Amino acid sequence: MPSGNRGVDFLHRRFSLRFGLNARKVFWAYVFLLVPCLFFFFFRILPTLSALRISLHDWDILSPSKPFVGLANYRRLLNDPIFWKALKNTFLYMFVVVPAELVGGLSIAIMLQSVRRFAGFLRSLYFLPFVTSAVAISWVWRWMYVPHYGTLNMILSFLGFTEQPFLQSPSQALYSIAAVVIWQSLGFHIIMFLAGLQAIPTVFYEAAMIDGANRWQVFRSITLPLLNPTIVFLAVMGSIASLKIFTQVMNMTFEGTGGPLHSTITLVLYIYQMAFTRFQMGYASAVTVILFMIIIVITVIQMRLITRRFEY
Amino acid sequence: MVPGKKEIIAAPKPFINLRILSPILLYATVLLIGLLVAVPFVWMILTSLKPRSEIYSSFFLPKHVTFENYKTVFETSHFGRWYVNSLITACLATTSVIFFDSLAGYALAKYKFRGQSLVLLVILSTMMIPNEMLLIPWYMMARNNGWINTYWGIVFPEFMTAFGVFLMHQFMQGIPDDLLDAGRIDGLSEFGLFWKVALPLVRPALSALAIFTFLSSWNAFLWPVIVTESSKMWTLPVGLAYFSGEFETRWELVMTGATIATVPVLIAFVILQRHIIRGIMLTGLKS
Repeated sequence: MPSGNRGVDFLHRRFSLRFGLNARKVFWAYVFLLVPCLFFFFFRILPTLSALRISLHDWDILSPSKPFVGLANYRRLLNDPIFWKALKNTFLYMFVVVPAELVGGLSIAIMLQSVRRFAGFLRSLYFLPFVTSAVAISWVWRWMYVPHYGTLNMILSFLGFTEQPFLQSPSQALYSIAAVVIWQSLGFHIIMFLAGLQAIPTVFYEAAMIDGANRWQVFRSITLPLLNPTIVFLAVMGSIASLKIFTQVMNMTFEGTGGPLHSTITLVLYIYQMAFTRFQMGYASAVTVILFMIIIVITVIQMRLITRRFEY
Repeated sequence: MVPGKKEIIAAPKPFINLRILSPILLYATVLLIGLLVAVPFVWMILTSLKPRSEIYSSFFLPKHVTFENYKTVFETSHFGRWYVNSLITACLATTSVIFFDSLAGYALAKYKFRGQSLVLLVILSTMMIPNEMLLIPWYMMARNNGWINTYWGIVFPEFMTAFGVFLMHQFMQGIPDDLLDAGRIDGLSEFGLFWKVALPLVRPALSALAIFTFLSSWNAFLWPVIVTESSKMWTLPVGLAYFSGEFETRWELVMTGATIATVPVLIAFVILQRHIIRGIMLTGLKS
């Protein structure tokens, strides 16, 4: 682009230069966004609509005819005891896992703040399970949960307690799996809370100290409110993740069925079974649509309930 | 191991100090939690070193250390191949995510054009859609196009992420326009501005995104288990799951498989831990 030539019609020249530059910029912005837009359209938006459409059909991938059935798949859900069991379990996982992650993560983060030696080492150690494959972790815990010979039962009988069936018992299996999920994600929550705690300006604490607040008061009226963005973020992320629990159940139950007696089955595992072992894609899609709606509702509720504005 | 009381009290930084608990109790608690984290890993490795006859008898330490299990595992399965598959797909996903997500984030943050906020809104709103809802349409797409059992089939759903676009958009907004204009005057092309000016400035966010993407792709299970049918194309988690299912009661082999799958990742983590943890913190704070 020519520059200089200041004498002649400076204003006009400048205007056209700028106009040309803007057009060029807009052109490049569209070029940069071409692949991303195509990706999001073809691999996210179109499949979303397609899932909605499939859920209205009797869609067996093996049979050539895929008749439109309206809301029949959704009506079938109402009378499907395994679906209700999976729904109930999924919420149970969420109600066990999310509070444990938040309370455990925050208390360990606060403890870690007071620790001077090994703080960095402990932080990394706590984080270790988060970077490990959930499949490997599930199998290690499955081995630890084994009746009689597993580590946990050996420790229990060594300490004089009765041995527990853990994964073999319909009443304990879900909690045994939830414990593994918590064990794996706790490190992430600790790191996030540490980051949140460090971001709180010390002035607030100093002011509270001068006013003679005790530790509990400081925690209640300074730490907790100022940590609110972190708590909301972790609560939403944790809830969504626990509504989608799949890998652990698949790998810790016999043949990945979500047993014993469907006591550990989750919505996503049920979707997987329906779609990829029974090939009832239409019905499975209806369950995915329900999952989608649950996630949206829970996210909105949590944003409303726990978001309070604090400016600092 | 446990330092004197003085040092704890002298600690100036944390204001919610847990001095009520004695420092000994504090250290005992955090070390106990550390132990709870470490024991399953130690147990996994120890079991893998035991001969079959010992796994039910010796409580913790193996009496005779053996590497026989490793030999058996490599002879009866394709762990090497699964490693390569995981490495290829994770690298592909990471490269494309950091390139296209930052390109999109840059274009949306640093240019003004028609439909800009609409594009941003649509991309961000796809974050609300759970991948689980898209599995069935993706599977049909993969079947119709012959992507089953291919690397592209494993990678295409994670080719870009809405979260990454959001993250890069946040960071790109912090780049001063003057700097870009200066680059323009120096004759850099628009792509050159992105590549040579913008990208180096957001390097911390970029490496955080890269680590996140690599980890989630490396550990991904649900989609790879659907899209790969032949054992040659399994990724490490899928291979490990099938292998473990096959040898379910041979715990020494299952633990050997788990060790093979995790230990290299753990070593990589120990080397890169500072970057990883800083990256995770950075990402969490911005969002």
